[in-house]
Amino acid sequence: MDIDLSQFYQVFFEESFEGLDTMEHELLHLEEDSDRENINTIFRAAHSIKGGSATFNFKEVAEFTHVMETLLDEMREGKRPVEKETVDLLLRSVDCLRGMLNRIQDGEEVGDSHIDLVNYFNELLSNGSSSGSDSPATEVDDSSADSEGEITRWSIHFEPEAYILETGNEPVRMFRELKGYGELTAKANLDKVPDFDELKPESCFMSWDLELDGEVDEDAIKETFEWVEDDCKLEIKPLSSAGGKAKAAKVVSANADETTEENEEEEVQTSNVKNMVPVASEKPAAKAAQKPASTASIRVGIDKVDTLIDLVGELVITQSMLSEVGENFDISKLNLLLSGLGELEQKTRELQESVMRIRMLPIGFVFNRLPRMVRDLSTQLSKKVNLEIKGESTELDKTVMEQIGDPLTHLVRNALDHGIESVDRRIEAGKSETGTLILNAFHQGGNIVIEISDDGAGINPDIIYRKAVEKGLIPDGIEMPREQILSLIMEPGFSTAEVVSDVSGRGVGMDVVKRNINNLGGNVEISSELGKGTTFTIRLPLTLAILDGQLIKVGDETFVLPLVSIIESVPLSMAETSRIAGDMPVYKLHEDYIPIIDLQEEFEIRKNLGASNDGLLAIVEGENRKIALRIDELLGQQQVVIKSLESHYKSIQGVSGATILGDGRVSLILDIVGLSKRASDRTHKKLVA
Amino acid sequence: MTKILAVDDSASMRQMVSFTLKSAGFDVTEAADGVEALRAAKTNAFDVVISDVNMPNMDGLSLVRELRTLSNYRFVPILMLTTESSNDKKQAGRSAGATGWIVKPFNPDQLLSTVRKVIG
Amino acid sequence: MTNEMMKVIEQQEQAIDYVEEAQEENGSQFLSFVVGDEEFSVSILKVQEIRAWENPTSLPNSPGYIKGVLNLRGTIVPVMDLRMRFRFKHFEYDATTVIILLKNNYNGKDCLMGCVVDGVSDVFSISESAIREVPDYGSAIDSRFTSGIMTVNNHAVTLLNLENLLNLDLIKHPYAGGNVSNG
Repeated sequence: MDIDLSQFYQVFFEESFEGLDTMEHELLHLEEDSDRENINTIFRAAHSIKGGSATFNFKEVAEFTHVMETLLDEMREGKRPVEKETVDLLLRSVDCLRGMLNRIQDGEEVGDSHIDLVNYFNELLSNGSSSGSDSPATEVDDSSADSEGEITRWSIHFEPEAYILETGNEPVRMFRELKGYGELTAKANLDKVPDFDELKPESCFMSWDLELDGEVDEDAIKETFEWVEDDCKLEIKPLSSAGGKAKAAKVVSANADETTEENEEEEVQTSNVKNMVPVASEKPAAKAAQKPASTASIRVGIDKVDTLIDLVGELVITQSMLSEVGENFDISKLNLLLSGLGELEQKTRELQESVMRIRMLPIGFVFNRLPRMVRDLSTQLSKKVNLEIKGESTELDKTVMEQIGDPLTHLVRNALDHGIESVDRRIEAGKSETGTLILNAFHQGGNIVIEISDDGAGINPDIIYRKAVEKGLIPDGIEMPREQILSLIMEPGFSTAEVVSDVSGRGVGMDVVKRNINNLGGNVEISSELGKGTTFTIRLPLTLAILDGQLIKVGDETFVLPLVSIIESVPLSMAETSRIAGDMPVYKLHEDYIPIIDLQEEFEIRKNLGASNDGLLAIVEGENRKIALRIDELLGQQQVVIKSLESHYKSIQGVSGATILGDGRVSLILDIVGLSKRASDRTHKKLVA
Repeated sequence: MTKILAVDDSASMRQMVSFTLKSAGFDVTEAADGVEALRAAKTNAFDVVISDVNMPNMDGLSLVRELRTLSNYRFVPILMLTTESSNDKKQAGRSAGATGWIVKPFNPDQLLSTVRKVIG
Repeated sequence: MTNEMMKVIEQQEQAIDYVEEAQEENGSQFLSFVVGDEEFSVSILKVQEIRAWENPTSLPNSPGYIKGVLNLRGTIVPVMDLRMRFRFKHFEYDATTVIILLKNNYNGKDCLMGCVVDGVSDVFSISESAIREVPDYGSAIDSRFTSGIMTVNNHAVTLLNLENLLNLDLIKHPYAGGNVSNG
């Protein structure tokens, strides 16, 4: 059969890169948490790449992953401890493999970047503990060229265990295979077959004496019985040979001899590996000549695809309904037509939104490349850093994510270089010698917020101020709030590092970070406390984000509440409300009193007549704070596309963004956190006054 | 038509196996791990199962053990796809109840001849 | 569609035609429009488009002259009523009321603002030197919002200072966020 293996290359590359990412990720956690499952995951990834690369004829990759796998196997078996040196080596191997695969994918020569590493692995393995590794050598023995071929008649005694059938092995099949080598005569031995009433049909009680008349060597016969050699008694004896040289009977049972053979092979494995690719000679030049087409692909959750399919299904129904209406149209069907068109519009919009949702990916894609960098950098800087990552499943638009990678990397570098102190300095300052760097992401209203916090030395605003004056960025003597002074470090050409390091250079880049984030419609805030640490807070609008919303009516206005924030809603007439301290209306929810915000009052919305007690309280929660919103009506629920108010205006506290409803009108999305903050600020002011 | 279940967590290997067998006229169902495979096996009557050994969720050996407890699969040939050519791996496969193995790397022809061998 | 609306749309289309013509000439081109009883102008380069009046969605707690926000083909654009901003007493929203979408630059990014006026009047060219300073005569209009006076067809047209008029920092919004530190 002629099957073009190159059609599977692209899938192989994709899964291999994914596997390498997994390996890297697990390797970075290995030193702190080296349980068997972690190593197993790494092993499995290496193993898959090895299997695939061997099958698809990328022999250098197969060779390399084989030695990696051998080392990993020893680690998995507990024969080799998890040490920094080993982890470093494996990490470098991951990089190296990435490079090799990239070059292969681009149709370039693999190069010899991996040779040193392979040698190093081999050295490590030969010094190491008992090597229980498997050899990559093919099972197929090349000894068929032996002089044994001269033997032409074989006697075979085959006595399978009773359970042989339950391994799916059928003796008749093996005999048929032997028949392919020459003339076969079989004598069945029925001695052990029990009486009929004791006979178990699923068991095999027979044994056979076979005579094979044909020019075949012993290994080929052995291969026929290869799968059952431990489940049977097997004796193969030559009956005659053309040269008359009878070979001693050899009982194949255990496999001790084979093992020694393999251990010998181990030492010359590099040359052996070349034999392991069975199709090597078929297309020697094909690989370089045809560059596989590479198109970027994204992985999409099956639920998102299902939603799309459902929507398209509904769209088709609506469409067929409409064409039916159109076929013999008369004015009596006008309503039908109008409602159909309305439905079509609605479905189309939903489809559009769902398609956009496909572009939403978890920020983990960006976060995941940071642990490696932190590890390498902290080694380079001789600092000890513990990186904590939170909220990696927070979704954001793919485009936004692609552009946030660089600024984020820069801020992390900066925190390591200038934020976290050296071990000595930390001990001096009475801190633990290991610094902590926390990356956190979460949704807040219509924004995604990314925080980068370190527990380092902090930024001294006085120094910043002086420098800014020196550089002529601000006039001397001007009064500025602390936050504003700190943000000066993101002005073009500002540098605070007293020693210029090759990690984050001369402070070049902080202004670029700020500009990049501003270009995405976001902003950066800095807060810092001397001696305690610094936090950079990036706020990005989710311009394409989608929210499950509950539409509500207040006065004549329609607002959107994030569905996740709603705990419950109660008719006002049934709600237990009272007034406490400073005339603040509160609602009693279980044991708590939560503040009531009358949205009509709060937002100064025109009163519509008649609204008195027939409204609702929507109990909502944001960042663990609950508030009760006094509203007039709950309308429908729908997914809404979040639009930023800030793209042409400014943000308003209590409003996280806006969306466009079915009729084309704008509706504001409420921000629970902002609203509760407004309420508490006001109460606070009242109390102070 | 002979129905074959192909199990491998690596999409490229799975596709290669599946494509090869389909080209030879077999009816192939794919599964990415043991759990998926077992689910498929319970609702279909496969004539041959071909499974990778190292897989997440449920590995190949556990899959074989599970399959052998199902009355429909007591005698069905189950082939393991394995790069492990060492004997303890084969031994493990055998004692789990596998029929035989195909050693990676294999080419489409080797795969087909082995499969034809077990379906007789 | 009512006749009045058709008229408005025709007017707009004419105005847009003028814009295209005007851009082909040399010199500075301006769009003039009526607010109250007076005529004002802006550089034609700042005009994105002209739309018929539609009721925007109000923004909570905003100053009266911010009428709310509008859906402009998927983006959310604020709308400011110039008649209220200029403290004119009498105004109506009728068939000739239009919204001029003006471009401005805020904190380094391009922003749009819809400005409500009583009607669009003309597009004309005038040399920069013909623009006079605004006499300080105690107008009701904040002097920061004007940057000159020009004479067109024998009557005075006030040139608006969009940089200030559309400056979001000058719009007093009690709950507006905006991060000063990142200004």
